[in-house]
Amino acid sequence: MPKLTIDGTEIEVAAGTSVLQACEQLGIEVPRFCYHDKLSVPANCRMCLVEIEKTPKPVASCAMPCADGMVVHTDTPTVHKARKGVMEMLLANHPLDCPICDQGGECDLQDQAMAYGFDRGRFAEMKRAVKDKELGPLVKTVMTRCIHCTRCVRFADEICGTPELGGVFRGEKMEIGTYVTRALSSELSGNLIDVCPVGALTNKPGAFTARPWEYQKTDSIDVLDAVGSNIRIDVRGNEVMRVLPRLNEEVNEEWINDKTRFACDGLKRQRLDQPYVRRDGRLQPATWDEAFTAITDKLKDCAPAHIAAIAGDLADCESMFALKSLMQALGVNNIDCRQDGAEADVSTRAAYIMNSGIAGIEQADAILLIGTDPRHEASIINARIRKRWLRGGMRVGLIGASVDLTYPYRHVGTSALAINDLISGKHEYAAILKSAKNPMIIVGAGALAGEGGNALLASARKLAETFNVVREDWNGFNVLQLAASRVGGLDLGFVPQAKGLSTNGILKACEQGDMDFVWLLGADEIDTKRLGKAFVVYQGHHGDKGAHRADVILPSAAYTEKSGIYVNTEGRPQLTQRAAFPPGAAREDWKIIRALSEKIGKPLSFNDLAQLRDAMFKAAPVLAKIGHVEKSAWVNFGAEGALSTLPLGTAVDNFYMTDVISRASPTMAQCVAEIMPVKTGVAA
Amino acid sequence: MAIVRRVKRLFLYELIRGFTLTFFYMFKRKVTLNYPYEKGPISPRFRGEHALRRYPNGEERCIACKLCEAICPAQAITIEAEPREDGSRRTTRYDIDMTKCIYCGLCQEACPVDAIVESPNFEFATETHEELLYNKERLLANGDRWEALIAANIASDARYR
Repeated sequence: MPKLTIDGTEIEVAAGTSVLQACEQLGIEVPRFCYHDKLSVPANCRMCLVEIEKTPKPVASCAMPCADGMVVHTDTPTVHKARKGVMEMLLANHPLDCPICDQGGECDLQDQAMAYGFDRGRFAEMKRAVKDKELGPLVKTVMTRCIHCTRCVRFADEICGTPELGGVFRGEKMEIGTYVTRALSSELSGNLIDVCPVGALTNKPGAFTARPWEYQKTDSIDVLDAVGSNIRIDVRGNEVMRVLPRLNEEVNEEWINDKTRFACDGLKRQRLDQPYVRRDGRLQPATWDEAFTAITDKLKDCAPAHIAAIAGDLADCESMFALKSLMQALGVNNIDCRQDGAEADVSTRAAYIMNSGIAGIEQADAILLIGTDPRHEASIINARIRKRWLRGGMRVGLIGASVDLTYPYRHVGTSALAINDLISGKHEYAAILKSAKNPMIIVGAGALAGEGGNALLASARKLAETFNVVREDWNGFNVLQLAASRVGGLDLGFVPQAKGLSTNGILKACEQGDMDFVWLLGADEIDTKRLGKAFVVYQGHHGDKGAHRADVILPSAAYTEKSGIYVNTEGRPQLTQRAAFPPGAAREDWKIIRALSEKIGKPLSFNDLAQLRDAMFKAAPVLAKIGHVEKSAWVNFGAEGALSTLPLGTAVDNFYMTDVISRASPTMAQCVAEIMPVKTGVAA
Repeated sequence: MAIVRRVKRLFLYELIRGFTLTFFYMFKRKVTLNYPYEKGPISPRFRGEHALRRYPNGEERCIACKLCEAICPAQAITIEAEPREDGSRRTTRYDIDMTKCIYCGLCQEACPVDAIVESPNFEFATETHEELLYNKERLLANGDRWEALIAANIASDARYR
């Protein structure tokens, strides 16, 4: 624990801390371009120079480890002169195009030039110009603005695991690029925009549309996968312009995936902005009253056993709780929030969440992935696994389809039967699991949804117990969910009640004509052809498969337009905030259900969001602690049975289009057209 | 004293004094202008009706940096922008609400390319409110009409900027 003095203040820091980090702990600002908390330290921008006594020259503080008795000065004339010199050199070749640069207003170089910049240029020679590079549909480049901090190169190498960027040529002629022109294939490439301290890499779909000072900023949660990344939604007027990550070390650190960041333009297209009722075989615009009347008229003739409700992947806890309450009031037992048809045991919480938490990955020293492709199912979690792998001493095993995860792994088998090989110790990876201090198992939700999911869950539990994955101080048994609504729905018990039918049962009953009325709460990923002749109410925000089949459409708010609780795959309830208003006549989901309950004559007990949440927290106390994960007890779950011999597939075939919002997004469509061929190797 | 007052009143002394003054003004230089046929001189820095300028090759100057929109104290300017077909940054909408504008001139001070300027024109009164909501087309037309004067004014003021 070295003790040093910075600007007259004594501080004791952990060994290995750099001088820059020590300054930060004291709240002293040190300007920097190339240094980034989450990346390696190249010390090539020289902006963070400080003076250390007994050294002949100013020292780059980002690369200087603290030593005992060091005396550091950050505010002396020498330091200022050195930094001003560095700034002048950087600006010698940086174009003066701030007025047309999208980074203008949130640019590190612009801000620091205010503090260290000279008020006129002494560089009369020609400035250099660099040809722009084509990096695909998401990242726009203006390479003349590049200051060669190499943050992007390090980000692509270290975090993305797709070493596609690099520098060519030397000195003044240095250029950052992809060597061979091609789109970036990483799912995290959007973060390059945040990482770049200048305007060399900017947001391509949002180019030139707005300035940072025009946005209204709202802190919220992403719902396009089950990670629950913390995001900031930037809105201009009533239009979501962009989505940025928010720092949360427990969940997404400071990254978000490209779908989270760029699918927001799908919120403006294909929206349902007024109720529709099917008359004479066609969906026709209607008023809320007409829509409600159509529903109540139909409900009158239906017996509770012939009514069902399915909740989709983007539903918030409030709407699911309201719908469950309504269905209970009607005496309906056929409700399910697992539209993928999963029927694995969910009687205990430990069976469907990531028990170790996302941050727990950093303690693991052996990770076995079962039937999951985390790179495409939860890119942020894959980045965590890669981060752990980079630190060394951790080995990954995979059961399922062999995919590119950006780090090497041992392929244990393709079908669930490989689990038995591990339990019996037949496969060599069993030895790795056995010797690991903190072994971890991650089971994909896709594998649990398939045939024999329950048996797979039971064998995974047995595997966990065999290899000491679950101990008093460590629970490495994880289920990686795919849908933002899933854990919340299961916590609320939005599953078949008292011998009610599950999703598959409901659809089968529809096919046989035994189901008269189906309520789809944003459920689009079911086979709508199987709904048969049932009367379908679709409550959701996008005109997609579900709305296409519906008899009554109730337009509701998307995740940016309501305050709702979503529980991520680690079982962490998080709150979204309203950033914009829903379009037209669309309303928040729980309000629609509450209003309809009045019309049916069975009014629900809550009148506002606070009352609803009170009732919901009583029904599911785990949801009450926003932002915290409740530890779950380890009990028996799953039912032993024959494991499927079929190879485990991947649950996400097309990363860029997994839900109604990303399917409506033109940017995502462009990604499918331009990035998918690069990923699959079709493009040259 | 009362007698003097009565004599002055009898011989209309005040009237005569007044008419004399008026008579002598007939031989002085006139200060009134026969507006609208005559107009007073104005400073090259005069801040009148707004105009959007073009480069000599016809390319519009405005690059949609939105600095004028940001600095406008009356929030009279509304800009929307997107990449033009050739990839350059241009406005798709540039509106000024001339009834909100306080003619402070901060927009032309903020402009890095001298695109938005306040022209020497002050005769743009209208009968309706709507006519004073200027769009980009109107502002560019103003620029084209007044370019010679605007350019001369900017040139004459250049060494003080």
